[in-house]
Amino acid sequence: MDKAIGGEKVNKKRGKQSLVFASPPIITSTANIVGPMEGEGLLQEYFDYIMPDNLNNLESWEQCESYMMERAIKTAVNKDNSTMEMIDCILAGDLLNQLMSTHFAVRKLNRPFLGLYGACSTMVESLLLGAMFLDGGFANKVAVAASSHHDAAERQYRFPSELGVQRPLGSQWTVTGSGAAVLSILGNGPRITAATIGKIVDYGIKDPNAMGSAMAPAASDTLLRHLQDTERAPEYYDMIFTGDLGSVGKQLVIQLMQEKGMDISSNYQDCGCMIYREEQDTHAGASGCASSAVVFSGYIYRALMTNKLKKILLLGTGSLHSTTSYQQKESIPCIAHAVAVEV
Amino acid sequence: MSNEMISKQSKEQLKQQMKQQEYQDKVDILTPKPPLLKNICWAFVVGGLICTFGQYITDYFAMLGLSKKEASSYTTVVLVFLGALFTGLGVYDELGKRAGAGSVIPITGFANSIVAPAMEFKREGYVFGVGAKMFVIAGPVLVYGMITAFIVGVIYWIRQ
Repeated sequence: MDKAIGGEKVNKKRGKQSLVFASPPIITSTANIVGPMEGEGLLQEYFDYIMPDNLNNLESWEQCESYMMERAIKTAVNKDNSTMEMIDCILAGDLLNQLMSTHFAVRKLNRPFLGLYGACSTMVESLLLGAMFLDGGFANKVAVAASSHHDAAERQYRFPSELGVQRPLGSQWTVTGSGAAVLSILGNGPRITAATIGKIVDYGIKDPNAMGSAMAPAASDTLLRHLQDTERAPEYYDMIFTGDLGSVGKQLVIQLMQEKGMDISSNYQDCGCMIYREEQDTHAGASGCASSAVVFSGYIYRALMTNKLKKILLLGTGSLHSTTSYQQKESIPCIAHAVAVEV
Repeated sequence: MSNEMISKQSKEQLKQQMKQQEYQDKVDILTPKPPLLKNICWAFVVGGLICTFGQYITDYFAMLGLSKKEASSYTTVVLVFLGALFTGLGVYDELGKRAGAGSVIPITGFANSIVAPAMEFKREGYVFGVGAKMFVIAGPVLVYGMITAFIVGVIYWIRQ
């Protein structure tokens, strides 16, 4: 084994892109907040707070998104019975240009902060990096968070909300909400045991309305890499979740994995297919940073705490395009990161 | 670069293209198709109703004794006002979701395309918000509409 500067180095790297934590960090609390439409959806009992409308008495959608993230982080810290001063670092991000919502949310929290952009993979990216902070001995407690807001995202990426356009049936609905988690070296809760850092995968999809199909190859690439690196079979996990592929992307991942000789159809679900009801007319399901963030901090975390699920793999999936890149006819580069959470 | 290397590179490119095409085919199979018949019926009925209503207003103005040209100008004003009003009330986007081109093509859709961004960008102020963003969607329509009108005008002028 290599000698590190400070002495014996434990090699936590596995295979090509994965890491296995030596002392797995504990997710000691989570919290979330959503908009009214998500509150009427399938997971309403798993949300800490449902806002009455998408503005919540604030002046702009962007302010509302900042409010959601600030509230989610504060609630998670409260639930952990900690104070904000005990948080060594905040890792968070959102979808808006220059991480607008995150920066204004964290401004008032007065803690060391690193902003992350991984589009809709941000929640998993922050969990992954937070776990590395703790296992590396650089912090004792970190808070991670991600947020998105339907109207703020629509106006940045697509059209004004009052414009009378027909959305294609393959398109998804950006979730209004924010999810946060506190990771600690001590305490009770499920542990982040392993992680896989994804590569950018681009299969040439150019339609920004078809993000599920653009991201599916990235998701299956990281999933396959994770299973190979950790020498696990898909059955090792009670459930494998992807972040926001929607109904089209979900089918594509199952197909792509089948081509590699792996059947994941029985223990695989997409967070984007779990939030809205069919009659809510969102078409292919949910998307946005908050899709994986609110499902993980709500439904999945509670399932882990009540032992309904014992081993899960969460894949955050992100479309890394911008309005400029698609107007310049570029395809959509996508990424997926994975964290394994076990009881 | 040697020829061999170039051919190897283009082979790689071809392989990449084939892989992308193969994937695109898979995506096309899984992506839900728009309900064409339903959409066409909605567009026909809604577009037809808006236009019939426009005709009704024109006839009404003509009945009041306005000339044909004046009547159609006033009709435009009324329809643009109604398009803007229903956008402000948050009704027009609900209509557009179902009617598609049926509510985009008539002049009420043009009003919608100007009022919607104006409302959306009010928070960025009246100059850089409303003023600058108002024509974000209608701008291209105006530019190419005027260019087309110019070209048609030139053709008409030459033929005379």
